[in-house]
Amino acid sequence: MTLQTTDAMPMLQMKNLSKQFLLHLQNSTALTVLQNFNLTLSQGECVRLSGPSGMGKSTILKLAYGNYRASSGEILVRDTEGQFVDMTQASARSVLHLRSHSMAYVSQFLRVIPRVAAIDIVAEPLLENGLDLVSREQAREEAAHWLTRLRIPESLWQLPPATFSGGEQQRINLARSFIKPRPLLLLDEPTASLDPVNTQTVIDMIVQARSKGIAILGIFHDDSVAQEVVSRTVSMLPLEAN
Amino acid sequence: MMDFDAKPPLMRVQGLSCAYGSRTVVRDISFDLWPGEVLAIVGESGSGKTTLLNAVAARHTPSAGQVSFDLRDHGLQEIYGMSEAQRRMLARTDWGFVHQNAADGLRMNVSAGANVSERLMALGQRHYGQLREQAIDWLERVEISPSRIDDRPNTFSGGMRQRLQIARNLITQPRLVFMDEPTSGLDVSVQAKLLDMMRTLTRQMNLAAIIVTHDLAVARLLAQRMMVMQNGEAVETGLTDQVLDDPQHPYTQLLVSSVLQP
Repeated sequence: MTLQTTDAMPMLQMKNLSKQFLLHLQNSTALTVLQNFNLTLSQGECVRLSGPSGMGKSTILKLAYGNYRASSGEILVRDTEGQFVDMTQASARSVLHLRSHSMAYVSQFLRVIPRVAAIDIVAEPLLENGLDLVSREQAREEAAHWLTRLRIPESLWQLPPATFSGGEQQRINLARSFIKPRPLLLLDEPTASLDPVNTQTVIDMIVQARSKGIAILGIFHDDSVAQEVVSRTVSMLPLEAN
Repeated sequence: MMDFDAKPPLMRVQGLSCAYGSRTVVRDISFDLWPGEVLAIVGESGSGKTTLLNAVAARHTPSAGQVSFDLRDHGLQEIYGMSEAQRRMLARTDWGFVHQNAADGLRMNVSAGANVSERLMALGQRHYGQLREQAIDWLERVEISPSRIDDRPNTFSGGMRQRLQIARNLITQPRLVFMDEPTSGLDVSVQAKLLDMMRTLTRQMNLAAIIVTHDLAVARLLAQRMMVMQNGEAVETGLTDQVLDDPQHPYTQLLVSSVLQP
């Protein structure tokens, strides 16, 4: 792998990436959602995946995070040592390591243990497997900072987010991702259920992340948000009928 | 190759098969488990998951294959090649076993405190004050009021009994705990509390766990990795979210699509 010396360092590369779902329960119907997709995402870039729904935008994010398994092609993610790891070949263990240190993913859904307080859910990424870099108290302080910035009222911090509104849950999701910045950030409609004030906060957070060199791949339904954060747009085209 | 891959796993299972007479109920299972990892084994009843759990926990001699565990001083050692005394020592120090039915894992006719400190006594601790102090600490960690220390577990609710089992197992700071359907039979609200507690404890103690469950939601919340069993075979393995969100095998697709909200 040769690095480009003039341009920013690539953090994610997708090469000839295809994804097909084989539905065994539906007479083994094969559903192709992505074909020969190529992308290079570098430090400090924010690339927008755009196109109508059903074009495979979310699929690309899930493939990058290892949530979906690629049918063919390569997904190279740069690890903390500066080496590319191919997600399509990596062991479960190295994917977990990449998720913990090299990439973050903000999905549209918050999936957490029912009883846990919002502040602890946000603090959790800082407290991992006995190797805590910070104390529980420090992690909570950091969580409080992000909850405040995202305007989650303090009266909600000790409550489990199951009963929160969609917009509040989305902000919990954003907070627990931004609390531990990783060099690659995957965003699936991060402002979809937010009001204008909170949308502006999230725009500021994304712009700041970019300026720190974080590489961002995102789906932004809102053109005005995209205009403020995006450096490049990749348009998804319909696949030929298959 | 990242440096963490150079370290040996905590447990290595290779080509494990189990038979009852001529009937093979677990066939050719292999996996590695690293410190702090939680592996869920899912599948319906009769798929062989509990037999597999018992085999890797030295409770059911396999018909073929090896189970190796990383002894603190000696590296990976095959557990069925150890002496009975060594295996028993392992089972009461570095391992824990949480049963589905608390009555199988607790002594129902002695006090909660005696249940919790039993493993320490087996290791030779005799100082009553210290034993009681540690028992109180662990009762608090599993959110059982220390005022109940002299009560017998048969006066406890289902959720409390499971938490008592966990305290009884974790008091020796094991590195691996086996759990057989730890949350089934509990009310949903009680389940949530137990899940939260198990997740917090495994993280704080860097504790590895192998959890047998038929509940995919429990697997999603607790386990990083998952193995799907059908008719004694592992038909699919991978990261938990990968297996649940992008199931490849027909049986896994059936399992995932049959659940209301995995």
